[in-house]
Amino acid sequence: MRVTLHVWRQKNARSEGKLVTYQVPQVDPDMSFLEMLDVLNEELVGKGEEPIAFDYDCREGICGTCSLVINGRPHGPEGGAATCQVYMRNFHDGDEIYIEPWRARAFPLIKDLVVDRSAFDRVIQAGGFVSVNTGGTPDGNTLPIAKTTQEKAMDAAACIGCGACVAACPNASAMLFVAAKVSHLGLLPQGQPERARRARKMVAQMDAEGFGNCSNYFECEAACPKEISVEFIAWMNRDYLKARLTEPDTVTPGMGAKVGPSPVAGHDATAKKHPVA
Amino acid sequence: MFRSSIGRKALMAVTGFGLLGYVIVHMIGNLQVYQGPDALNAYAKMLKGMATLLWGARLTLLVLFAAHVYLGVALYRENRAARPIGYVRFQYEQASVATRTMLLSGLVILAFVIFHLLHFTFAAVQPEYAEWKDPAGRPDVYAMVVHGFRNPVITTSYVVAQLFLGLHLYHAVPSMFQSVGLKHPRYNPLIRTLGVVIPLVIVAGNVSMPLSILFGIVGTSVGG
Amino acid sequence: MELDAKVPGGPLETKWERYRSDVKLVSPGNKRKYKVLIVGTGLAGAAAAATLAELGYGVEVFTFHDSPRRAHSIAAQGGINAAKNYQNDGDSVWRLFYDTLKGGDFRSREANVYRLAEVSLNIIDQCVAQGVPFAREYGGLLANRSFGGAQVSRTFYCRGQTGQQLLLGAYQALSRQVGEGRIALHTYAEMLDLIVDDRKAQGIVVRDLRTGAIRSYTGDAVILATGGYSNVFYLSTNAAGCNVTATFRAYKRGAAFANPCYTQIHPTCIPVRGDYQKKLTLMSESLRNDGRVWVPKESADRRPPDQVPDPDRDYYLERMYPSYGNLAPRDIASRAAKKVCDEGRGVGEGGRGVYLDFQDAMARAGEAVIREKYGNLFDMYHEITGEDPYRVPMRIYPAPHYTMGGLWVDYNLMSNLPGLFVLGEANFSDHGANRLGASALMQGLADGYFIISYTIGSYLATKKAGRLAADAAACRQTEQEVKQRISRILSIKGKRTATSIHHELGKLLWDRCGMARNEQGLKKALQGIPALREEFWHNVSVPGDGDDLNQALEYAGRVADYLEFAELLCLDALTRNESCGGHFREEHQTLEGEARRDDEQYSFVSAWEYAGPDKSPALNKEPLRFQRVHPSERSYK
Repeated sequence: MRVTLHVWRQKNARSEGKLVTYQVPQVDPDMSFLEMLDVLNEELVGKGEEPIAFDYDCREGICGTCSLVINGRPHGPEGGAATCQVYMRNFHDGDEIYIEPWRARAFPLIKDLVVDRSAFDRVIQAGGFVSVNTGGTPDGNTLPIAKTTQEKAMDAAACIGCGACVAACPNASAMLFVAAKVSHLGLLPQGQPERARRARKMVAQMDAEGFGNCSNYFECEAACPKEISVEFIAWMNRDYLKARLTEPDTVTPGMGAKVGPSPVAGHDATAKKHPVA
Repeated sequence: MFRSSIGRKALMAVTGFGLLGYVIVHMIGNLQVYQGPDALNAYAKMLKGMATLLWGARLTLLVLFAAHVYLGVALYRENRAARPIGYVRFQYEQASVATRTMLLSGLVILAFVIFHLLHFTFAAVQPEYAEWKDPAGRPDVYAMVVHGFRNPVITTSYVVAQLFLGLHLYHAVPSMFQSVGLKHPRYNPLIRTLGVVIPLVIVAGNVSMPLSILFGIVGTSVGG
Repeated sequence: MELDAKVPGGPLETKWERYRSDVKLVSPGNKRKYKVLIVGTGLAGAAAAATLAELGYGVEVFTFHDSPRRAHSIAAQGGINAAKNYQNDGDSVWRLFYDTLKGGDFRSREANVYRLAEVSLNIIDQCVAQGVPFAREYGGLLANRSFGGAQVSRTFYCRGQTGQQLLLGAYQALSRQVGEGRIALHTYAEMLDLIVDDRKAQGIVVRDLRTGAIRSYTGDAVILATGGYSNVFYLSTNAAGCNVTATFRAYKRGAAFANPCYTQIHPTCIPVRGDYQKKLTLMSESLRNDGRVWVPKESADRRPPDQVPDPDRDYYLERMYPSYGNLAPRDIASRAAKKVCDEGRGVGEGGRGVYLDFQDAMARAGEAVIREKYGNLFDMYHEITGEDPYRVPMRIYPAPHYTMGGLWVDYNLMSNLPGLFVLGEANFSDHGANRLGASALMQGLADGYFIISYTIGSYLATKKAGRLAADAAACRQTEQEVKQRISRILSIKGKRTATSIHHELGKLLWDRCGMARNEQGLKKALQGIPALREEFWHNVSVPGDGDDLNQALEYAGRVADYLEFAELLCLDALTRNESCGGHFREEHQTLEGEARRDDEQYSFVSAWEYAGPDKSPALNKEPLRFQRVHPSERSYK
């Protein structure tokens, strides 16, 4: 089969971008979408042209690196799959396919279809963990956890941090990503001691990164390659509100992350703490 | 708290909940139009008689309404700013028309509320209303309503506005529960049902009055 | 070169305990004066970074990914071993140790393996405390499943995403330290060289993939946790980014590379299709718990699988290895698959595949149980192949997966270059010639959480805190060499893509140095590789420049290293004139086609030392001494 691609090309963050049209004349329906792009890139490199920059790594839907908006849908038409799990058998001969990067202020574009998702890392750095040091932990079986609780926590923990929720949200909101981590840890007994603090720090950081608000469009859920439910957002809303209404407003020193991408050169380990709400 | 994204969404839900409560009470009161002039005019007189309560309620409503509108517009602007460059192609997967048009339906309702207040409360649209009295000497709300809705243009505008209200509520009712986190697998089906039933009842109740007047089912006692 | 493994004295069972009691400590106040550079943020790197920062060391972490969470540990599916004996089925530290040592065909260092089995107990506790959602029984206690090469149920798992959950645990611990300002995290930062001065590892040269800037970072110690090199085969189960560059650069700066020929071919991967594929997808070994592997008995049998009656099927693993059956270790299962395909009994495209069939398990336990256990793996298979494994048996074939070889390290996990530590898959120490399933996660976390935290002290305590200035001559020199290499690649402007050259290299290696190897084939490979290298350096096309994100350039640099490294791999395979584990030399097999070891001559670690360009590397041997076990013929019958 043959497809026509309209691909967003942009040399770097400072330059203007535009859609460029490419023909891919020989597509095998058993090819993955990214393999189809590989074939095109091979052709471009062979001609001495710069290949289309796009993110990928594991190609089995778990690393969360790949990130294309295909015909207006993050991760393409399949649903419940990452871009690397999309196969050309979902398209038809002669299709016109639009390929765009994740679009969000909090995900600045680096090149072509590659964006910087370090905002997610900073949200986790602000509180997405259980504060235990290595060593000195009790035996794993001293803490029985109901199978249903563990399963629900696992549903949330399945998040691969790809950012499709942000890309799909008309508000570029990161609520599903943040809710998945707040719920994963907040549902488990190990996460209880820091539960209120975690919700507050992570939401404060999310807001500081410039993501939009949640308007309950639930487009995030539809785009999520791991089909994480928006019920977790409700869970986080309650958890956060409860934390705000019942916990004293103390700013704990030593928690919170810097805002803005950390430059590779000259990172200052004693970087200024982000004031937490 | 109300500077945070979740806090403001909760505030949106709470103010919306208050306004929904008012809409329901308002509708129940108005449905007395079906009981004839006496009932409706007595009801209006009673409300006027409780000045403190009335003004208290009006003030609360104003605050709720202002906060709701302000938040809606502010959040909308922020959300636009969160995606400075949009998609060339974008495809919605599961957001309903109601969800996608919340700002529009909200603004239509805002315009309607202003018109409605000018129309009946301040009688600015048809100033002669202010003078109308019923045989008991009470302001003749019933006649005013019947007169107003015999005008097809006014009735049409009311009906359209109510449809937008219904659309708004279709998203808003389940959304309130989501935004404050009152969700539970056991009760989620109930929330979904409420999300359909409440808007339907409100639209049906509110639309029935102008339509039954326009089609001469109600208000035949009032002269031309 | 002197290879001193520095294994502590005393009985095997108490070596590690005594080591910990005797090791020199760095005082809490002094720890922050030391800076440790960690390259890689997989299980080993992230765990080490978090742990060392918690202890108070100054830590800087480097990953070429956009986020530490993308490291390929995330893709491990099946599980992690630990000798908890929660199932009361006779497991013990000793048994895990012995299984691992035997699984590695007695080609690993006994003391390291014993320590690994010991600390396996702590790993589970640590991960549970971090909030890793391990599978549970209804009573709330931890669940286990069995894995290849073991007769006990000791594998802990999180659905089919164990690697993901363990990595996220380590990533979160790392992130906590970043948030607290104790770790400086550098993303999009690819290590391109090691700075060696005064015969010590003192820093690294890093390229910022976004801007192309080349910079030196210096520290008191450098930890490489950069994973394995299966991608040298072009098609492997590894992520696209996995590469040999960091460890190979260290090798060229003087670190010994141990046992490069020990590569693991995983038996359960989705077979190759077309020639456009860049990677192969692994289906977790846990599938072999319930799936039965078979091919038709007759090579002419082309019937669809559901029309082949039971008597016409050959459940060859059950037949050949009755006591382990479908759970035979990976090297053995892979070779058996190759054997039946070589006999013409393979199924699917090109006859390179065998069935993995769940019909019996579904009939026995019900489809729902199978769906709960393996649902996500079945879905994944369905997505990729378009076939529904609930109806049609899966087709699988072996593919390069894990590399047991890696930089040589002593008991402290320090290479022969003082100050250079190597953790996880990047080192060679624990899996010998073959790794058992669910042991890679165990080793990565053991190294990162529980071993390096002690052993790095043994080096730092003897060293005055203080590091090379970033503009020292050694840094300048190394940076210069990195820059020259990049400009050289960019200036070739030839006709061929790096992919096509890599593809050709991979095919050569797979044919000559894959599941089965022989002298003649290896010699052919050793002739072919330099020609390919020549082709690369004269005819590769890398468009663009070095001043912003240039994925073609990144990749070409990695391919250039594969083209040198592949030669080392084949040379090692040729030199090791015996069969052991994943290294199967066709000249050395039993009558039944099993690997035949030669303990008399080859019970040693091959540690290759770089001798300079165009010179053959020098072979150093670390003899393997077994204190408690006696290497026996490895039988799973």
